Amino acid sequence: MSVMRTQPGFGPESGRRTPLTWLRQGGHHTVILLLPMFLIFGVFSWYPIVRSVVMSVQKTNLVSAPVFVGWDNFAYVLSDPLLPTAVLNTLYFAGLALVFGYPVPLVAAVLMNEVRRRKGIFSALAYLPVVIPPVVSVLLWKLFYDGSSTGVFNTILGWVGIGPQPWIQSAASAMPSLVLQATWAGAGATIIIYLAALASVPPELYDAASVDGASIWRKIWHVTLPQLRGVLFITMILQIIATAQVFLEPFLLTGGGPANSTVTVLLMIYNYAFANSLGGDYGAATALSILVAIVLALFSLLYFRLTSRWSDS
Amino acid sequence: MMSIHRGALGALSAAATIALVSGCAPAAPSPSDDDPNATRDVDLVVAIDAGLAAPALDSIEKQIAAFEDEYPHIHVKTREYTWTGTTFAAELSGGTLPDVFTVPVTDGKGLIEQGQVADISALVAELPYFDNFNPTVLAAGQNAAGDVLAVPVSIYGQALHYNRELFRQAGLDPDQPPTSWAEVIADAKAISDATGQAGFASMSSANTGGWIVSTMTYTLGGRLQEAKGGAAVSTVNGRETAEALEYLHRMRWDDDSMGANFIYVGKSINQDFAAGKIGMFIKGADNYTQLVQQADVDPDIYGLTTLPVADAKDAGVLGGGTLAAVNSKADADTQAAAVKWIDFFYLQRLVDEDAAVANAKIMVETDQPVGVPQLPIFDKETYDKQQSWIEPYINVPQDQMTHYIDNMFDQTLVNEMPNQTQAIYALLDPVLQAVLTDRNADIQKLLDAANNSAQQLLDRS
Repeated sequence: MSVMRTQPGFGPESGRRTPLTWLRQGGHHTVILLLPMFLIFGVFSWYPIVRSVVMSVQKTNLVSAPVFVGWDNFAYVLSDPLLPTAVLNTLYFAGLALVFGYPVPLVAAVLMNEVRRRKGIFSALAYLPVVIPPVVSVLLWKLFYDGSSTGVFNTILGWVGIGPQPWIQSAASAMPSLVLQATWAGAGATIIIYLAALASVPPELYDAASVDGASIWRKIWHVTLPQLRGVLFITMILQIIATAQVFLEPFLLTGGGPANSTVTVLLMIYNYAFANSLGGDYGAATALSILVAIVLALFSLLYFRLTSRWSDS
Repeated sequence: MMSIHRGALGALSAAATIALVSGCAPAAPSPSDDDPNATRDVDLVVAIDAGLAAPALDSIEKQIAAFEDEYPHIHVKTREYTWTGTTFAAELSGGTLPDVFTVPVTDGKGLIEQGQVADISALVAELPYFDNFNPTVLAAGQNAAGDVLAVPVSIYGQALHYNRELFRQAGLDPDQPPTSWAEVIADAKAISDATGQAGFASMSSANTGGWIVSTMTYTLGGRLQEAKGGAAVSTVNGRETAEALEYLHRMRWDDDSMGANFIYVGKSINQDFAAGKIGMFIKGADNYTQLVQQADVDPDIYGLTTLPVADAKDAGVLGGGTLAAVNSKADADTQAAAVKWIDFFYLQRLVDEDAAVANAKIMVETDQPVGVPQLPIFDKETYDKQQSWIEPYINVPQDQMTHYIDNMFDQTLVNEMPNQTQAIYALLDPVLQAVLTDRNADIQKLLDAANNSAQQLLDRS
C-alpha cells in the first residue's frame, strides 16, 4: 500500500486516500457486485424486520393511519390467556421432535452408511418426502389421518389388529400426530447432511476400534458419534429453532384444535394478524414475533456458550 | 475539488428530492362527472368466487358480455377473490383489491364501521328499486348514520341439510325430516347404526364452531350477547347454549352418531356431505349452490329442511347474507361503474323479469343451480314475482326442499350478535371441539371461561 502511495500517478502526492483513489483502484466493483445482494436482502429481509419493529409499537390495520401506542401491544400479548397454552404446546412439539424426531435421521443415516451397494437409491428415497411441497404433504397426511376406520392409517392398523385411532381428532394424540408428519417430511434433508458427514469419518478409526474388539454399537458410540459432534450440535440447534416456529402443521392439519391443544406461538401470531375480520391486529402480531425472535436469539447465544467446549469450532 | 464535489452533490440531491416529491404528489383528480351521460372508459375489476367449475365461469363470461353490451364504456375484468380477513387489509392497502367484491354480512359490519369500503350511498339511493329494500336486510349494509355503504345481495337463514339416501338406508322416510331436536338426535342414531356414517356433523373450526353454537342457541331461545344499559353483556354461558352442547355431547358420546372426524370448516363439511359421509348438518339455506359448484354433490341425495325451533319466546333462526361493496380507493367513475355492475349482476335478476329470465336461462345452459331457496331482500311481493319468473327454469330438486320452502317464512330471522362477533365465535370453537373430543368435558365450566374472555373483549372494545 505504502509503495503504491508514493508511486507517481497513484493518488495525490500527500498519500491520502480519497474517494477518487478508491474509484481508481476498482473499489466500486465490490459495491456493484454486492448491490444485488443488498437489494434483495434489503427488500425482502431487512426492511420487513425494520417495519415489524415499527409496527410493534403502533396500532395499525394497514389501512387507517397508524397510531403510536408504546408498549401496549407487548402488554396485550403477554397478558393473553392463550399465550401460556401456546408456549407449552410449542415446547411440547419441540420436545417431542427432539426426543423422537432428532435421532431418526441419525439412525437412518448410520444404517444407510453400512449399505455397500446402491446407496444412492436409499438416499433418493429418504430425500423424496423433502421434495414434496410441504403443503401438499401436510394435506396428504390430513387425508391419511382420517379418524374413521376407513382412513388410510386406521386401515393399515386394522391389518395388524389395532383399533382405529383418533389421530388429529383428539387432544391427546393431535400433537404427536403433528410431530410424526413433521419428522417424516424433514428427516430426509438431515439424513443427507449426516451421510456427508459420515463419509468424512476416517476409516482408520473404525479399523482401530475393530482391532480393539469393539462391537458395532461401541463403534457407533465411541467413533461415529464423537466424529459427528460438530454436525450433530449444529443440526440440534437448527431443529430447536425450526420447531419453535412450527406453523404449517397446526395450521393445516388441526387449525390449532382440538380445543387449543395444538395452538403454537406462530399460529397465535398468524391469528392476531389474519383471523380478525376487522383488519387484523398487526401491532400485536409483530410484537409477539419480536418476542419470539428475542427468545430464540438468547437461547442460541446460551446454547453456543454452553456447548463451545463440545464443538469443533 | 471539495467545492465542486459539494456543488455536484447539492444539485444531485435537489434533483432527487424533486423527483421523489413529485412522485409522491397525488395524481390530479379526474374531472368530475358533469355530464351524467359521460362515457369515459372505465376498467372495472370485479370479484368472482374462487374454485368455480368451468360451467360457472362460462355463465359469468356470458353475463359480462351482456353487461358490456349495455354499457359499452365499461370494460369488465374478473378476478378470483373470496373475502377473507387474511388478505383483505393487505389487498386494500396494496391496491389489488377488486373494485367490486362481496363480503359476508358478519364481516361487512366491521368494514363499514372502519370506513374500509367506498361510500356509495348516493349512487345506491338512485337505484329505481331502492325503496323496496327490506329495511332489516338493508340495515346490514348501513353505517351508524344510515348511509348504505354496502348492498345486500343475498340473505339466508340457517337450515338443516340432510342426506336422503342415508335416511333411506336407515329406514327413515326422507320426506319426513326431523322437526325437533329430539328427532334430530334419534334420526342421527338410526343413520349411524344402520350405515356406519356420521348421522350428524358440525363445523367446528375457523370460527364456524362458534357460529353453529350461536345458531343452535338461537333455536332454543337463547342469545350469546345482550345490551344492558348501553353496554354489551356476554351471555354465552346461558342455559340454552349449555343445552345445545348437551345435545351434541349426547350424540357424540352416548349415541356415537357423529362419526370420527370433528374438525370441520365450511368447505370440508360440504365435501364430506357430498361424499355421503354425513347424514345431517347445519349450514346456510343457500348452501346447495356451493355443494353443486364446489363439491359436485349428487342432487338425488340432497334434502333441506328448517331447523327445529323451540316454542320459546326468543327462539329464532340465525340469519346471514352477503353484501356487495366497492373498493374504498375507487374513483368516482369507477364507483359509478361498480354500482351499475352490482345492480346488473346481483340485483336485476330479483326485480326485473327480463333480467331474471335471462339470468336463469344462462344458469340453466351452464348447469348452474336455479331456484335455491333464498329469503327476500326486497318485499315479499317482489320476491313472489321473481319466483314466478324463474319458475320454468328451476333445476334444483325443490321437491326435496319442500319442508324448508314451506316453513321458511314462519320462522323468525334473528341477526347475529353485534359486537366482537368473530372474536367470540373464535372463543367458542375450542369449547365445541372439547365437547366433541373429550368425553369428560365440563360444559358449564368451559362456557363460563369462554364467557369471561368474551366479556373482557366486549369491555375493551
